[in-house]
Amino acid sequence: MTMVTNNGLVYLIALPLFGAVSLLLLGRRADKWGHLLATALSAGSFAVGLFQLSEMLGRATESRPVTQKLFTWISVGSFNVDASLLLDQLSICFVLLITGVGTLIHIYSISYMSHDPDRRRFFAYLNLFIAAMLLLVLGDSYLNLYVGWEGVGLASYLLIGFWNQKAAYATASKKAFVMNRIGDMGLSFAIMIAFASLGTVSFSGVEEYAHHASEATMTAIGIMLLIAAVGKSAQFPLQAWLGDAMAGPTPVSALIHAATMVTAGVYLIVRSNFVFDAAPNAQLLVAIIGAITLIFGALIGTAKDDIKKALAASTMSQIGYMILGAGLGPAGYAFAIMHLLTHGFFKAGMFLGAGSVMHGMNDEVNMRKYGALRKFMPITFITFGLGYLAIIGVPPFAGFYSKDMLIETALNAGGIKGILLGGTALLGAGITAFYMTRVMILTFTSPKRWDDNQHPHESPILMWLPMAILAIGSVTSGFLLSRGDALKHWLEPLFEEHGEHTELLPPIVVSGLALTMVAIGVAIAVVKYQLSDVDSIAPEDVSVFTRIARRDLLQDDINEALFMRPGQALTSALVKVDESVVDGAVRGIGQMAMGSGSALRQTQTGFVRSYAMLILVGAAVLIAAIWVVTQ
Amino acid sequence: MAIENYLYLSAILFTIGAVGVVVRRNAIVVFMCIELMLNAANLSLVTFSRINGTLDGQVVAFFTMVVAACEVVVGLAIIVTIYRSRRSASIDDASLLKR
Repeated sequence: MTMVTNNGLVYLIALPLFGAVSLLLLGRRADKWGHLLATALSAGSFAVGLFQLSEMLGRATESRPVTQKLFTWISVGSFNVDASLLLDQLSICFVLLITGVGTLIHIYSISYMSHDPDRRRFFAYLNLFIAAMLLLVLGDSYLNLYVGWEGVGLASYLLIGFWNQKAAYATASKKAFVMNRIGDMGLSFAIMIAFASLGTVSFSGVEEYAHHASEATMTAIGIMLLIAAVGKSAQFPLQAWLGDAMAGPTPVSALIHAATMVTAGVYLIVRSNFVFDAAPNAQLLVAIIGAITLIFGALIGTAKDDIKKALAASTMSQIGYMILGAGLGPAGYAFAIMHLLTHGFFKAGMFLGAGSVMHGMNDEVNMRKYGALRKFMPITFITFGLGYLAIIGVPPFAGFYSKDMLIETALNAGGIKGILLGGTALLGAGITAFYMTRVMILTFTSPKRWDDNQHPHESPILMWLPMAILAIGSVTSGFLLSRGDALKHWLEPLFEEHGEHTELLPPIVVSGLALTMVAIGVAIAVVKYQLSDVDSIAPEDVSVFTRIARRDLLQDDINEALFMRPGQALTSALVKVDESVVDGAVRGIGQMAMGSGSALRQTQTGFVRSYAMLILVGAAVLIAAIWVVTQ
Repeated sequence: MAIENYLYLSAILFTIGAVGVVVRRNAIVVFMCIELMLNAANLSLVTFSRINGTLDGQVVAFFTMVVAACEVVVGLAIIVTIYRSRRSASIDDASLLKR
């Protein structure tokens, strides 16, 4: 099947890339209007995306994917990689999410960053991120995807450390970068294995070979891809960077570390569905990682007092749901993407809400110093509240549809696996309801706990308008995407047919169970935080479990004990080896030359006659030697 | 007279010159001994030329003479200059190059 060529795809990437390059090159000259240009270019990219969607809708199902070859990138013997773009039913979802949410966050940032002297640089990085993320989802081979994958990593690093004058923030960005590198290494290994064993790195090429190659090869590629996804999507065990990544400005947290970049791992796994379908063990591992992370993140979320870190833990947990869905095979791919899209709306909206709260509270992030903000920030309260209802999964808000589908698919996975995964997902829903209600209560509805020198106020329209639009998305997107299985049918041509459909429990019972869990979670949170007093300083005499949860379930301690300290010991040992062995050898050679020099210097007496004697003896010895040899 | 005798004479002259260079201190005498060694070498060259029946050795002997003449000019000039500044023709006194 030859695919339709469309030369308009490049504009999706070119517009924001142009913005990033020009804002960075023009420097201070663009300070006055740089943010407007960046926002306009992002919106332009969104418009191109909408146009592409309308064209795609106009075509028959099988001819919907379009490609564009940009140039021949690598051509070595029989190995050819073109820099080509591929826009199909899956990428268009991401393109619209990235550019749509991205543009809203650009608009929000105009106001949020208005007092920052480096606003132009901020927008340049945002545009760079949009361009790299679009390249990631539009690349038609793993190698093209890799370029975007590294690009978003760079943009994330630059934006987490945007205020790098604070040492802790600079460290956070470095931590994110280093932990991401582990995942990136997995992706590069996956590409190498694919090239070595299949001879191709394009999606279509790998898909073609997926059934012929041995299962071991596919499992190896699958596990490497999973490592890549785990790094980028902050999944267990590479999750520790996401909480610190909240050092970046709040719009960055909303765009990169909630809605788009961290979901790249889900994209990678869903895009590589043919690999995982051919490697059941790798697929099971994906589901297990997702299930572990969704509980892990949720538990951290229950103990965090920093509003952004609580939301970050929640992001980790929600992406765990998506990874779980992606690990359930063809039955779960569409729901993973659906949860990704709805999550993009409600989590970005809530992060922007958190930014709005911080904006009104002099950048205070400790929820124990909030309270009663409902009266002072009604719009933020409503938009945040709609996002809250969506994430905990109250019908008919977005999260209800997507999360319910995931829980149901997990339960129906069959056997003990289905019960365990589904049970975990159900439990996660309950914990999610608890910690999100806690955030809501501590921030908006409990009695005020802030000082009188705080003057909370509602944010300007440029900030609340994007929040409102995202809130509308949080309300409607789940219903729209699941009505008549719209998204499922839209994505269906990309995935293999899945076999028999087992049903452990009827959907209505699953929904009932999930809602019961949610109700229990909400009820506990209400009793604990709304009906009893909350200290403005976190209590110290807490149980060991709370203490562990506050320390992010010891993720940093474990990493430090297992990797950082042995690594430091290794490097300091290597430094010692370098100093004694390598430097010793170099210095030894020098000292040998100096020593033999000073010994030989004794012969240089300055007396001509002794030189003459030496020459004479030398000549005599030489002649004698020649005589002996020639005899 | 056997032609080897010239070579023996050459060897004796060279040895005398070499011993003189090593044992004598007066720069002029050392210089003369060097000339003696050069001329001993010249004698060997001419003798070998005769033995081989070619002119090559004699030609080289002429070159040696020319070089020796030049060397005498330069060497004596140096010796005289040193003598003027130090009032000594002993070569052991001219040992400043050791450091």
